[in-house]
Amino acid sequence: MQHETVEKNVGLMVALVLVAISFGGLVEIVPLFSQDEVTEPIEGLEPHSALVLEGRDIYIREGCHVCHTQMVRPLRAEVERYGPYSQAGEDVYEHPFLWGSKRTGPDLARVGQRYSDEWQKAHLYDPRSVVPESNMPAFPWLFEWTVDGSKTGAKMAALRRVGVPYTDEQIANAESEVDGVTEIDALVAYLQQLGTLVTGR
Amino acid sequence: MSSFWSAYIFILTGISIVGLAILITLTRRMKDPGGEGASTTGHSFDGIEEFNNPLPKWWLNLFWITIVFAVGYLIAYPVGNWDGLLNWTSQKELTNAQIAHDRRYGEIYERLASMPVEDLPDNPQAMRIGQRLFEDNCALCHGQAGQGGYGFPNLTDDDWLYGGSGETIKATLINGRRGQMPAWGDALGAQGVRAVTEYVMQLSEQDNVNASLARQGEALYNASCVACHGETGTGNQALGAPNLTDDIWLYRIPGESVRDSVQYTLNNGRAGNMPAWQNILGEERVHILSGYVYDLSNQ
Repeated sequence: MQHETVEKNVGLMVALVLVAISFGGLVEIVPLFSQDEVTEPIEGLEPHSALVLEGRDIYIREGCHVCHTQMVRPLRAEVERYGPYSQAGEDVYEHPFLWGSKRTGPDLARVGQRYSDEWQKAHLYDPRSVVPESNMPAFPWLFEWTVDGSKTGAKMAALRRVGVPYTDEQIANAESEVDGVTEIDALVAYLQQLGTLVTGR
Repeated sequence: MSSFWSAYIFILTGISIVGLAILITLTRRMKDPGGEGASTTGHSFDGIEEFNNPLPKWWLNLFWITIVFAVGYLIAYPVGNWDGLLNWTSQKELTNAQIAHDRRYGEIYERLASMPVEDLPDNPQAMRIGQRLFEDNCALCHGQAGQGGYGFPNLTDDDWLYGGSGETIKATLINGRRGQMPAWGDALGAQGVRAVTEYVMQLSEQDNVNASLARQGEALYNASCVACHGETGTGNQALGAPNLTDDIWLYRIPGESVRDSVQYTLNNGRAGNMPAWQNILGEERVHILSGYVYDLSNQ
């Protein structure tokens, strides 16, 4: 077979390209779908409350995951700095996951309860007020805007369809739990629960 | 991992490696003899033609080397249920790195952790470690120099909410603290809050105190505030109730008057939260850090 045959035959080339790139996924990703370690929640994992879920959506909207990862890798320096390395079972209810890949700011996988709510708020209002050398943007509008709870129940129902075990009651109460709460309170609630199920060093 | 998935991985990996070897074999070409009959790609520009030469040999061999490397890698590292000749896992690598680290530094931490907190400031090594730990973990709230900020206590003065002995500082770090000043706005009413504010200002000898309001405030203070802040307003370190007589105000925004700050506190209450560091740093590091914080206020 000559290169020419492949290069001048687009159909064949497409087929071969698909075969070539699919092998990696077939070998590295597909088997994980059946591994308990990856698909089973760790002990004590609960679906996010309505408030935390809305906080998570604010985290996504503001692009926090663009500069902050949520993935402590099993490397000594990272475990030393952030805490126990991340486990797959911690994220089985995360859709989409927010592991990120750009580490401009510190990893946030274990940031929950590390700093007080007051610190988180002061820091989000003006990062330089507490960390003078920080280059994080300020998010003052979070203190004025409030959460619109009208879609929270629908979000939970959608998550239930992909396997997050929300109860009918949680979905029914979602709107009243979050409606009118300031966005900063929702975001801080989300941050303060991150990674708190796995502790110790 | 079930043997099905293990086999699945092995077979697919095998197919891709063998497939690549076949692809290289089928598509490689021997070197053209050259000369008149040399084959060309058929591309011709201004009468210049392009030889259809095969890949250089060294280049082709790089492909073979990657295949040999892949086979070696599969044997050495875990795939499916095969643990690999090196018996490597990422967890083991982490554990080994931690053991190596402990072997090198564990003795230092252990020795420093066995010294009383109050003695650590005399130990330059402890202070260097303490400074690192402080800057990495504490400076976010308490500031690089421990100077504190709005709502975050200054650690360089000798005013302590919960006490400044070595062991108390350590207890604060280990378990954290939750300060709770209740909101008195509803119970005291607007007039009551104004009166107590004047009395609190009088306790710390501020200027421009309205004496008659302060007298009214004293009665209210003795009814409601005395349990935590004490008869003389010097506070109670067992409860974390601040001393009101020393003119140090944790919740005073820069530029704000003492009167406004105290009034806001009385109306709305305050909630301070020092996180617990035992689980995050471990006891030895907390111990060294306590020595560093002790040193900050005793320089």
